[in-house]
Amino acid sequence: MKKLLNTLYITLPDAYLALKGENVVIVQDEEVIGRVPLHNLEAICTFGRQGASPALMAACMEKSIAITFLSTSGRFRGRVIGSTKGNVTLRRTQYRFADDEEKSTEISKHFLIGKLYNAKWSLERITRDHALRIDLEKFKTKSAFLSESIQQLTVADNLEVLRGIEGNAASAYFSVMDDMILQQKEDFFYKGRSRRPPLDNVNALLSFVYTLLASDVGAALETVGLDAYVGFLHRDRPGRMSLALDVMEELRSVYADRFVLSLINKKQVQASDFLKKESGAVIMTDKARKEILQLWQKRKEEQITHPFLKEKISWGLVPHAQAMLLARFLRGDLDAYPPFLWK
Amino acid sequence: MLVLITYDVSITSEGGKKRLRRVAKKCEDFGVRVQNSVFECVLDATQLKILEIELEKIINPEVDSLRFYRLGNNYKTKVKHVGAKQSLSVDEPLIF
Repeated sequence: MKKLLNTLYITLPDAYLALKGENVVIVQDEEVIGRVPLHNLEAICTFGRQGASPALMAACMEKSIAITFLSTSGRFRGRVIGSTKGNVTLRRTQYRFADDEEKSTEISKHFLIGKLYNAKWSLERITRDHALRIDLEKFKTKSAFLSESIQQLTVADNLEVLRGIEGNAASAYFSVMDDMILQQKEDFFYKGRSRRPPLDNVNALLSFVYTLLASDVGAALETVGLDAYVGFLHRDRPGRMSLALDVMEELRSVYADRFVLSLINKKQVQASDFLKKESGAVIMTDKARKEILQLWQKRKEEQITHPFLKEKISWGLVPHAQAMLLARFLRGDLDAYPPFLWK
Repeated sequence: MLVLITYDVSITSEGGKKRLRRVAKKCEDFGVRVQNSVFECVLDATQLKILEIELEKIINPEVDSLRFYRLGNNYKTKVKHVGAKQSLSVDEPLIF
């Protein structure tokens, strides 16, 4: 398995990125405030408005370092990738599968089984760890409902049915999201998903973390030679990384949601980290964003054993491992795509 | 692994200043300058070999010297910094 390299995050809105030798240098007010050798980097993620020099972009494309541009509020703007690597045969196979409803259903089924399995695991983990602080009955019902949905998924035979089952299961899972928040309940509550813009603190955190995860997954897919924009469950829409969203499904609950919950439950974020705008939109302060990125990066370094590969890898390489398994499946080396089933 | 690279380039000798600049530049490509002629580089074995070869091409072995200290993969406990100019560590979260 490859080594997970570091990700450089730029949260200063007025920082400019340039290339010097084999380094990326971070320039603010015409002063160099940091320099990092490119060979230590996996990706660069910038929230700035100034951008990066074309020379740096070219160097990153060559070394397949993904540069993701996000707006200062954290919304995805775009990504710089080099001439797509991997072989064209793999991508062609991917397109053929995407065009074929039956095959798309088969793959999507595995993404969703992964998603529901992990959602169920998250609920069970809470029931085990905090049995006295939650409504056990409620969690048990939801968990049973998820088990049932997984059963239904295995026999579903078209994408519409799959989406229906997923919708119901997701709303069952999110209906206990609020119960999983055990600390700071007056400032952090979950009443429903709101995005563009997020309307409360929890949604602001979720949106931010989902964006980070999506750019990691997108980059991982491109690295193994897949086209992140052509999905199976999510159909094509210009500018949407549909395949990244597909692969992300199985990681949302165990990777992103649990990260958000632990931020709140461990009091690593406070109410003062959020600002409410006149429009009702909730945004994070720059300081909070920096701290969350720090913790996110630390989380990515935590070691786990991959349930299918049985290999010790860091959390941050999970998207890469899944992308690789998907490519192997498309090539015909695996009989089915093994979703990430967290234990 | 972390490799510590230090060098002495004789600037009084013929073309010494130029060699010093080139050595420094090459080291900067691969790592982080922690003190004037001391670099910390997080490299794999191949990258280290490449760097060694390239640096050897630049120096004049009659008067200059290079030292490579391999600190292995678990180097975090082996390095301690005291005083000014706390430098950047490339495998800590990089957030600016």
